[in-house]
Amino acid sequence: MDSPNILEIKDLHTSFFTDSGVVKAVNGVSLNVPRGKITGLVGESGCGKSMTAKSVMGLVRNPGRIESGSILLDGKELVGLPEKELRKLCGDEVSMIFQEPMTSLNPVIRVGRQVEEALRIHGGISSHAEARKMVVEMFQKVGIPEPEERYSAYPHELSGGLRQRVMIAMAMIRNPKLLIADEPTTALDVTVEAQILRLMKQLCEEQGMSVLIITHNMGVVAEICDEVYVMYAGRIVEKASVFSLFDNTAHPYTQGLLASIPGLYDNPEYLHTISGVVPNLKRLPSGCAFHPRCEKAFGRCSEEQPGLYPVEEGHLCSCFLSERQ
Amino acid sequence: MTEKYKKQETRDELLSEIGDYDGLKEKIIRMYRNNRLAAFSAALIILMILLAVFAPYIAPYKEAHQDLLMRLQPPSRAHLFGTDELGRDVFSRILYGARVSLVIGIFPSMISLLIGIFFGLIAGYFGGWIDYVIMRVADVMLSFPSLLLAMALMYTLGRYANSVLCIFGALSLVGWASVSRVVRSVTLSLKETEYVDAARSIGVGRPKIMLRHILPNCIPSLIVLYTLNVPSCILSESTLSFLGIGVQPPAASWGLMVNQSKQYLFTMPWLALAPCLTIMIVVLAFNFLGDGLRDALDPYLKKG
Repeated sequence: MDSPNILEIKDLHTSFFTDSGVVKAVNGVSLNVPRGKITGLVGESGCGKSMTAKSVMGLVRNPGRIESGSILLDGKELVGLPEKELRKLCGDEVSMIFQEPMTSLNPVIRVGRQVEEALRIHGGISSHAEARKMVVEMFQKVGIPEPEERYSAYPHELSGGLRQRVMIAMAMIRNPKLLIADEPTTALDVTVEAQILRLMKQLCEEQGMSVLIITHNMGVVAEICDEVYVMYAGRIVEKASVFSLFDNTAHPYTQGLLASIPGLYDNPEYLHTISGVVPNLKRLPSGCAFHPRCEKAFGRCSEEQPGLYPVEEGHLCSCFLSERQ
Repeated sequence: MTEKYKKQETRDELLSEIGDYDGLKEKIIRMYRNNRLAAFSAALIILMILLAVFAPYIAPYKEAHQDLLMRLQPPSRAHLFGTDELGRDVFSRILYGARVSLVIGIFPSMISLLIGIFFGLIAGYFGGWIDYVIMRVADVMLSFPSLLLAMALMYTLGRYANSVLCIFGALSLVGWASVSRVVRSVTLSLKETEYVDAARSIGVGRPKIMLRHILPNCIPSLIVLYTLNVPSCILSESTLSFLGIGVQPPAASWGLMVNQSKQYLFTMPWLALAPCLTIMIVVLAFNFLGDGLRDALDPYLKKG
């Protein structure tokens, strides 16, 4: 318990070496997940959110690899750890919930068995009856009705919400210190989304678990996060507590994101958008990666990479405008 | 009456919806209902296996029982398919020959299936140079004329080992290549799926991922491949025996019987016809069964 953070990522670079060039999916990301808190990682599609998570879990596949940086999980360095050691940690100390509950369960294995796998690998539980009891208890905890019967269901017999609950059960059965949730509610409808978020928050509080939740949905952030990192083109552009982020938005990109959420009472002719598209990660723009789309860009933006400047206590922003303040 | 009709309809609708999610057993049962030919083939194969297993009890004569006074008899009640040039009962010999043919059809295919699964999983899952080496060896195996390989094995090892064992070895050695290709391609696509990532993220190790998460998803293609592999093995055995390097007399084998009866082809055609037709029927049955299974198990070929 030396560090206040369960997960510390420092200057992580994960790139894909394709035939047509190097794709810098994660380009110098540093982030901390404090113990017992829910940390959000927000950004557009393709900005490197998921790759950051996969780097932690050691799921980066050829032709991708972690180039440099360090990932400390509870003080243990994960980068460069042999596959076997890493698999020992995965599911035990850190586990992950995936975006697509439809495809993240094996269609030919009964869901109870899949959840049980984590117990058998890490828990040293060899008796089937004992493992089954624990799985059924876990099913109950994540709000799966009739857990006894669901134990022997195949994934296709369950709805999306139930499958995501099974995924959560699978991730949490060993009571990990850190849970990484990669867009856990994107594929679900809004009512189920609310249930799942509430469930995650509740489990997090009950078991003192830390959560890194990856999302592109500012509503999800506002609902459950304590701290938020905003990511753009493989970099962190803003870091703030959730209140500070919404009240005192510093980065033009975050401002654009928040302005793009249509309000209930304004009745605009057009929806606000950030003009342009996410840059190609093979050819990042010079200087600040956001400058070609930024309304407030000036000369220096295309020449220099901005650092992270403090806006207020615990609120950092990677924009020259914040430096002047 | 209308209400009753409606009830029936919704129940059928429900059933047809559930039908989309059938397991292996239900799929095979449905195949039996929809594809009579395949079902009939399956029944025929089972009958053939039973006949082969219980040949000593069913066959009216021993396989090498000679009755020189009754040489080259046409089909009669005493000798269902007639007798050959040594007065042996052709029907009995076909039953005994089924033992050799079915054993050679079923077991080398199984061995090559296991070897193919092993190399296919490793090649597909690890990729890189391991994949490259395994697949090039498989290419060499596929481009090698299997009959020639079998003959070479037979000539060099025939002195030391049983000829049936040699056929076993030769067929297994050649057959694994196509199996490993199929398994590799399935593995390649499955290892990218989220459920494999999910399994890794709870700490499942490589061997377990390959055996528990990827292999079961290959099973439908493997069943089909297997049923199509069996007849080609049967044919290879017949060919080798026909050429005189397979099963050695006095043992009975379909190919051997065709070989021995070829000199009477025009005078006593039933001698060659009986084993030929048996080979044809069994091979066709396996092929139809394979086709039927493919239709039943392949979701992309399913009729709307």
